Amino acid sequence: MTVQELPGAGASHRSTPPAWRPRTDAAPLLPDAEPYRVLGTEAADRLDPALMRRCYAELVRGRRYNAQATALTKQGRLAVYPSTVGQEACEIAAALVLEEQDWLFPSYRDTLAAVARGLDPVQALTLLRGDWHTGYDPREHRIAPLSTPLATQLPHAVGLAHAARLRGDDVVALAMVGDGGTSEGDFHEALNFAAVWQAPVVFLVQNNGFAISVPLAKQSAAPTLAHKAVGYGMPGRLVDGNDIAAMHEVLAEAVRRARSGGGPTLIEAVTYRMEAHTNADDATRYRGDAEVEAWKAHDPVELLERELTARGILDEAGVQQARDDAEAMAAALREGMNADPVLNPMDLFENVYAEQTGVLREQAAMLRAELEAEDQE
Amino acid sequence: MAQALTRAMRDAMAEDPTVHVMGEDVGTLGGVFRITDGLAKEFGEDRCTDTPLAEAGILGAAVGMAMYGLRPVVEMQFDAFAYPAFEQLISHVAKMRNRTRGAMPLPITIRVPYGGGIGGVEHHCDSSEAYYVATPGLHVVTPATVEDAYGLLRASIASDDPVVFLEPKRLYWSKADWSPQAPAAVPGIGKALVRRAGTSATLITYGPSLPVCLEAAEAAREEGWDLEVVDLRSLVPFDEETVVESVRRTGRAVVVHEANGFGGPGAEIAARVTERCFHHLEAPVLRVTGFDIPYPPPMLEKHHLPGVDRILDTVARLQWEN
Repeated sequence: MTVQELPGAGASHRSTPPAWRPRTDAAPLLPDAEPYRVLGTEAADRLDPALMRRCYAELVRGRRYNAQATALTKQGRLAVYPSTVGQEACEIAAALVLEEQDWLFPSYRDTLAAVARGLDPVQALTLLRGDWHTGYDPREHRIAPLSTPLATQLPHAVGLAHAARLRGDDVVALAMVGDGGTSEGDFHEALNFAAVWQAPVVFLVQNNGFAISVPLAKQSAAPTLAHKAVGYGMPGRLVDGNDIAAMHEVLAEAVRRARSGGGPTLIEAVTYRMEAHTNADDATRYRGDAEVEAWKAHDPVELLERELTARGILDEAGVQQARDDAEAMAAALREGMNADPVLNPMDLFENVYAEQTGVLREQAAMLRAELEAEDQE
Repeated sequence: MAQALTRAMRDAMAEDPTVHVMGEDVGTLGGVFRITDGLAKEFGEDRCTDTPLAEAGILGAAVGMAMYGLRPVVEMQFDAFAYPAFEQLISHVAKMRNRTRGAMPLPITIRVPYGGGIGGVEHHCDSSEAYYVATPGLHVVTPATVEDAYGLLRASIASDDPVVFLEPKRLYWSKADWSPQAPAAVPGIGKALVRRAGTSATLITYGPSLPVCLEAAEAAREEGWDLEVVDLRSLVPFDEETVVESVRRTGRAVVVHEANGFGGPGAEIAARVTERCFHHLEAPVLRVTGFDIPYPPPMLEKHHLPGVDRILDTVARLQWEN
């Protein structure tokens, strides 16, 4: 039934409502149809050799970090590790585009981004090791605690960026989330707040194909996740998440826009999780080898290595140097993780409140007595 | 009371530029109860902000603002509208200090108008304090007097820990001989007060039930009972000393609150009092609470809310005859 056919919708009843808001052209907000690529295209002619050598070294380090962390789970030194093998370009680019005063809001999978931003690898793994929930002072590194609940850290990024702007500080917040996280209500609320407040935030969605076992097709019916941006009134960008040059360019542009008062951007990085969700997951139950093999041919480390070698930006010595550095990092990580953490059970009652409540003092006394009794045995 | 709450926020904002008020309709309208009236005009919309209608987003943004050093005061429009923000509250607000081992405390005040007795439609009258009390990391505070509305809200905003500040809706319009120009000092968070001294039994209560308990204590004189009334003022931290001292003196105790009884704060208080006062008790600790039902429609709420008669009937069960 059209409006004209509705009962009572005759011409004599029709009137024009007042315009309630100006309309803007949504076209500039829409993402491209294909993920943006630099490597293997003409755009690679303008690569910055120094930046790309740095990216390469970080990618090699990142790959080695993933391998070492996974090995540590097998040795029981790490309780759980969500691997980012295949996604290293997203992690590294996110860390490299930020200035020192900027903030990173990682999800539980984004330890590598935190390490690439300069966090000590052992500290970055404190949560996943089961030691304490956060192993570092977020203010010191300007890295929010790794968020285990999905997308709930996104509104924090918006609030922090908003607060910084109110205080006149030049701070951009970059918040990371997975494809599954885009289904959460907090994702919606964060993007809406950011756009309304024009907060200096960049939202980076790493679309790695699966939310544990659920493929994107069962997660969202949107043309792409980047298309969601236009509904909030911010630009959406679709980028090849395995192409670190493209990632860096698109992220840097969004950070620039945020810094200059242009508001938030939503970036969808199309990538692939080469390993299981964590060491507790069996990926063979929900995806086939052929798919994994196809993505192997689009490996982020090899993509860059090929391009840089062909252009003479990277030589054999450079490759070897990156591998040696990565090996040294892995050795330090192994050593750090093999040292048993010293935990004090009485810390359970510290830092619940600024000042312990009576109830907590009572319970702390009970535990202290239990510990003393154990000592005497 | 409404005026005292407004004044508390105004004074806090004037003294400390990091205090920011935010929520739905708090700016231009001054809040649906007008508690934030005039703040946007005096301090600008950056300090008293009308947010999008999204409770999780409001509290989540407040977390980020607090991470950057601000002191957000968040208004949740009505008790039952705060539920979408529970994940932010429980997973982040309450735990951030602990997760970061003290590096990142969150000084957020969450103002929640709560309770019934104003003829509100459904989802506007819940007494949700049990959920907050059950969450470690949160302080839970509720004023029952005009002085406390000012003093406890100032203390909550000044606290380095998150505070859920429960405002009894039906006391918004209560009046007192109180000067906004020279507010009296009140003890900070975590201190209960004996509002009426007595010898026969102790009524332990808070928030909207305090005036009802005081009225019941007056009426009880006809029965020959001299009831003491303790106003908790703060559920977390719980002032066990004041409560225990009173019950040991009187030997009998009744906990009175509007929230549902089963699993409600009264259960915890009765258990604690029993543990600490067992040899002083002449009778079991009893409770007078709302029924264990979803909040009833306005025309029936008088049957649900604990009133003077129900309190007196319960006091009568305190084994007066041997």
